[in-house]
Amino acid sequence: MANIEFFLNGNPRQCHVAPDTSILTLLREHLGITGTKEGCASGDCGACTVAIADPDAPTPAYISINACITPAHQLQGKSLMTVEGLELNGQLHPAQAAMVECHGSQCGFCTPGVVMSLFTLHESRTETSEPPTSEQLEAALSGNLCRCTGYRPIRDAALQMQSLAQPSALWHEASLPVLSAQPPVAPDDNAECFFYQPASLEDLTHVRARYPDARLIAGGTDLWLEATQQLTPLNQLIDITGVKALSVIETAQLEGQEGWWIGAGVTYSQLEPLLNAHFPAFAHLLHRLGSRQIRNRGTLGGNIANASPIGDTPPVLLALGAVVELASIDQTRQLSLEDFFLDYKRTALAASEVVSRVFIPRLDEHVKCHVWKLSKRREDDISAVLGAFTYRLENERLRDVRIAFGGMAAIPKRALKAEQALEGQLITADGFRQAQAALSKDFSPMDDVRGSARYRQQAAANLIERLYLTLSSPGQEVMLHAYAH
Amino acid sequence: MRTLTRLDTDSRHARRELDDQIKGDGPLARHTVANHGQCHAGQSSVHESAEKHVTGKAAYIDDLAIPADALHVALGLSPVAYGTLTRLNLETVRQAPGVIDVITFGDVPGHTDIGPVFPGDPIFVESDISYAGQCLFAVAATSLQAARRAVKLAIIDIDERSARLDPVAAARCEELVRPTHTQERGDWQSVLQQADQIIENDLFVGGQEHFYLEGQACVVLPTEDEGVIVHTSNQHPSETQKLVAEVLGIAFHAVTVEVRRMGGGFGGKETQASPWACIAAIIARRTGKAVRLRLPRREDMHVTGKRHPFHNRYRLGFDAHGVIQGGEISLIGNCGYSPDLSDAIVDRAMFHADNAYSLGDVRVTGYRARTHTASNTAFRGFGGPQGMMIIEAAMDDIARHTGVDPLTVRKRNLYREGRDVTHYGQTVDQCQLLHNLIDKLETDSEYWSRRETVRHFNASSTIIKKGLALTPVKFGISFTAQHLNQAGALLHVYTDGSVMISHGGTEMGQGLHTKICQVVALELGLDLSQVRITATRTDKVPNTSPTAASSGADLNGMAARDAACKLRERLLDFAAAHFETGLDREGMRLEDGMLVAGLGESEHRIPWGELVQTAYLNRISLSEKGFYATPLIHYNRASGQGRPFYYYAFGAAVSEVSVDTLTGEYLVDRVDILHDVGNSLNPAIDIGQVEGGFIQGMGWLTTEELKWSDKGVLMSDGPATYKIPTFGDLPATFNVSLLEGHPNSMASLYRSKAVGEPPFMLGISVWSALRDALSSLSDYRVSPRLDTPATPERVLLAAQALRVKTL
Repeated sequence: MANIEFFLNGNPRQCHVAPDTSILTLLREHLGITGTKEGCASGDCGACTVAIADPDAPTPAYISINACITPAHQLQGKSLMTVEGLELNGQLHPAQAAMVECHGSQCGFCTPGVVMSLFTLHESRTETSEPPTSEQLEAALSGNLCRCTGYRPIRDAALQMQSLAQPSALWHEASLPVLSAQPPVAPDDNAECFFYQPASLEDLTHVRARYPDARLIAGGTDLWLEATQQLTPLNQLIDITGVKALSVIETAQLEGQEGWWIGAGVTYSQLEPLLNAHFPAFAHLLHRLGSRQIRNRGTLGGNIANASPIGDTPPVLLALGAVVELASIDQTRQLSLEDFFLDYKRTALAASEVVSRVFIPRLDEHVKCHVWKLSKRREDDISAVLGAFTYRLENERLRDVRIAFGGMAAIPKRALKAEQALEGQLITADGFRQAQAALSKDFSPMDDVRGSARYRQQAAANLIERLYLTLSSPGQEVMLHAYAH
Repeated sequence: MRTLTRLDTDSRHARRELDDQIKGDGPLARHTVANHGQCHAGQSSVHESAEKHVTGKAAYIDDLAIPADALHVALGLSPVAYGTLTRLNLETVRQAPGVIDVITFGDVPGHTDIGPVFPGDPIFVESDISYAGQCLFAVAATSLQAARRAVKLAIIDIDERSARLDPVAAARCEELVRPTHTQERGDWQSVLQQADQIIENDLFVGGQEHFYLEGQACVVLPTEDEGVIVHTSNQHPSETQKLVAEVLGIAFHAVTVEVRRMGGGFGGKETQASPWACIAAIIARRTGKAVRLRLPRREDMHVTGKRHPFHNRYRLGFDAHGVIQGGEISLIGNCGYSPDLSDAIVDRAMFHADNAYSLGDVRVTGYRARTHTASNTAFRGFGGPQGMMIIEAAMDDIARHTGVDPLTVRKRNLYREGRDVTHYGQTVDQCQLLHNLIDKLETDSEYWSRRETVRHFNASSTIIKKGLALTPVKFGISFTAQHLNQAGALLHVYTDGSVMISHGGTEMGQGLHTKICQVVALELGLDLSQVRITATRTDKVPNTSPTAASSGADLNGMAARDAACKLRERLLDFAAAHFETGLDREGMRLEDGMLVAGLGESEHRIPWGELVQTAYLNRISLSEKGFYATPLIHYNRASGQGRPFYYYAFGAAVSEVSVDTLTGEYLVDRVDILHDVGNSLNPAIDIGQVEGGFIQGMGWLTTEELKWSDKGVLMSDGPATYKIPTFGDLPATFNVSLLEGHPNSMASLYRSKAVGEPPFMLGISVWSALRDALSSLSDYRVSPRLDTPATPERVLLAAQALRVKTL
């Protein structure tokens, strides 16, 4: 297997590890660099947060990621920064200095991860002197659990670090060197163990056909839990993140509809600008999907192909009428997203196929969209129920009503009967009552750790009531805006 | 020939500069360095390890370098909650790649029961399985991954029986881990017969996972004799020393336990850090190799106990003003499968069933129910929070019943002169302080005007409802097991003048080591940088108590102070006799790195280093041990009466919430806290404890939900499903102050008060505010049931029962 060549805290390194080695394991066990901690090995606590940058990117920038669920092989050609690398000439980075001064550490175990999240926040804001907004702070820090401080001193540190003496751009320059490009080498025939990063869609579909049992990986935010939690060996991995065609967002037309093709490998963070501009409700959901570390890694294609009944984006995409494109060595086909999900964790994806792109139609200016996610904790939690609604009003009547839910069935699913109950109706209590009744025919949810069936059914019905109130009492506040819009 | 280090006696200038930066008003506040725009390496920082934390240099157990041939251990756990182990075939496990050793019950050379106080905790299952996650065997391999993969190859047959998971049913049929205890005061039955009004209710109070960020971990090194050295993330090294020695069948002196720091403890490493050290020690002795055992998060959550869930019930009589006359309270603690610390935990719940209120003539009964879950254990507050919840529930219930504001009801029921004796017979000292504190918080937080605003808002808002609540805390400080209220310290001064202090307490982030260094620096008149503390070790200070019950600084600080004072007096005596100038012993003192004698023109100053070196050359010991035992405390279990606490710590919080009654989602909009720490030892650290405790308490009552399957297997077994507060749960407005000008009435360490646990219970104000918001749906006539944690699901279902539907 090929060596991994990368920069660690500004210094070139070469390593040779198994495909299913995480960056955290590489650091702690292979290199003996232990500042980065393991708190959960599932990407939920942030103790392992490190920063990576792609020196080849047009504007290289460090982003925070969870080292525990990121493959070491994806470091190829990248620059990795850990908590050990921030001190420069004996001087603490402002993120570190502010944490010390604000009493931001108690037991100190989460601290390296917190510092790395603060570091990426700091480095992303060197051009501005404005303090970060509370939304920006939440976005940057909600993926770092601290059990001791209660976060107030961490908030103070985040606000204070910018006012600390600027240590020049040395961190930036010292840590973004350029590596000689090393073309990926395709696995040999019958290779049992490889981590292969194809460079083109053609290459990807070919290798997919040759190794139908290999696992596809992009962000790995779900797949990698098989390695860390179930201890399943992941010996054959095909990494799609090198395929340029899967990493782009393009405006396009599909069957007369304007919209965007989103590459399956586009991360949530990369999706943010588009959603902010054109799908504000969806953008707000993104803020509550995972953490910054997860959003920097997780992809739209992964969320779809993973086919979890509680994935956050599929219900929204169903309501928006998204189309998914599947590519194989022989053909490319497009199908409506609702035809993609077949049953619990089962999809229309054939063994030789990959999800290549997703088409999201532009919202007509008259179409309203609501995305309402219910979870135990506001940030960085998985949905108990997620409802997505699109519709327009024509002569005071509801038209083109599309309602989809997550957490209510074995798959993300449209509420066809409820849609039908509302289609063409005036905004009346009676009409929405019928939609509520229809909803209980659309779904029979289950009890699990995130909520009881009774709660899910009631909450979903209440989201119909929320929709009614949104339409019937536009002046009234009927939701908490930290949760929903 | 030994030579002494040349001293830099002109370091005073630097010290003066440092003094200029000092702020704060506590007795040790001069060691809290003010914030300036920059932070240079080497400058005093607040937590002794702060710079090591932020640079990744602070080492936790899994960071310790171990020999290349060290072994890594993984545990084989029972997938079943209750049954009999009928077959355990580990042949394929032994054959698996990298496996060096596999041990089971039969391989334990010494004691097999490692129950910390009472027996009942087998180190491995022999045949009876008592909970899902109980340890069946351990595998040692050349890597953790190899060990974990090998564990999966075991063939395990269990004759499964139906697990008992309902503690109420268990209590009813006397399935208890310890006998039931009762505290009784006055003729409570007559009160119930004669009271103006009687109210009763019950409440389920959920448990809590510690979620220390560093999981259970240890490294064990075999020594050249029959013993071991144990590095462990552990609140109670002396107990681990004892258990490891007993399990190995060797003397205690052959076992040394070292704790440098923990990545969080919260009570979860008081008793439940020992089993892993015992298992690793057995393997270390069998193989002669260093052994590391670290529990992956999921396994940690399955095998270790949690905060006890409680089923509480009250029946109270009260007068027309809502003042409680008496009644009865019963508390059923779900202890899990074994006693662990449950006797003392349920006791503490009973001791706090009054919180800050006089219960009048009352009987409090505590049941210790046995269920087939992990053995529940210490967790910040140690049962106190669960006990308090029932009386805070009653306060809200009485308020709705009488139509009086809950704060008014609470204030009327506070301990006051004439009503200042608890149901266990202790007089509440400083109870006026509690009134003053609440009055001040009430004013500072503008409770009454905000109450009006909230009512006004709720009257016009259909879906979003606001809630407001002020809840107090009175928390008893001392171990209720009397003998644990002792501590030791060991002080060394080296001939360069640098000082090393060791003590029995452990550092888990609470800043204990920082405070202890401050104590020694203060008593010896030195700068903080001259005093160093390292790991807690059983070979330095023996027979120590756990760092628990908020007592770390109270006990160990006093012991350290004792050592420092003894050494100081010895040096002063020496100086008075030795120096030819004839120093006046009276008024002689150590300050600013100097021995100072006399006043004005006759003042003499001798630098600390010179004093120390002269003492050394004159064969004066520069080492001292200190000891402390808390006076006055006693408790008679037979009568249920006594004075179990040296003193009480007080506090209060006002929380305001907004609730979406359609979805059960809520936000904590504003929190105001005023907390009593007597004279603060270190205001920055104490504020950190108050804030952190509050948020942890809020998490316990809101989002942190433990769920088990109907077969008794924990389902919320990782941070993906068990949700502790995160950054956004920090209230938008969070005003936290320490009560000033009220030193402890007891002779505690510089008249300070313990701060570790009491603020945790300030989180109850959030739960009460949620109930207040829900109650608004009934125009404050109904006191809605709200079991905890008050997840959006529970809040939604409570709201659904009360609200007017728009559809």
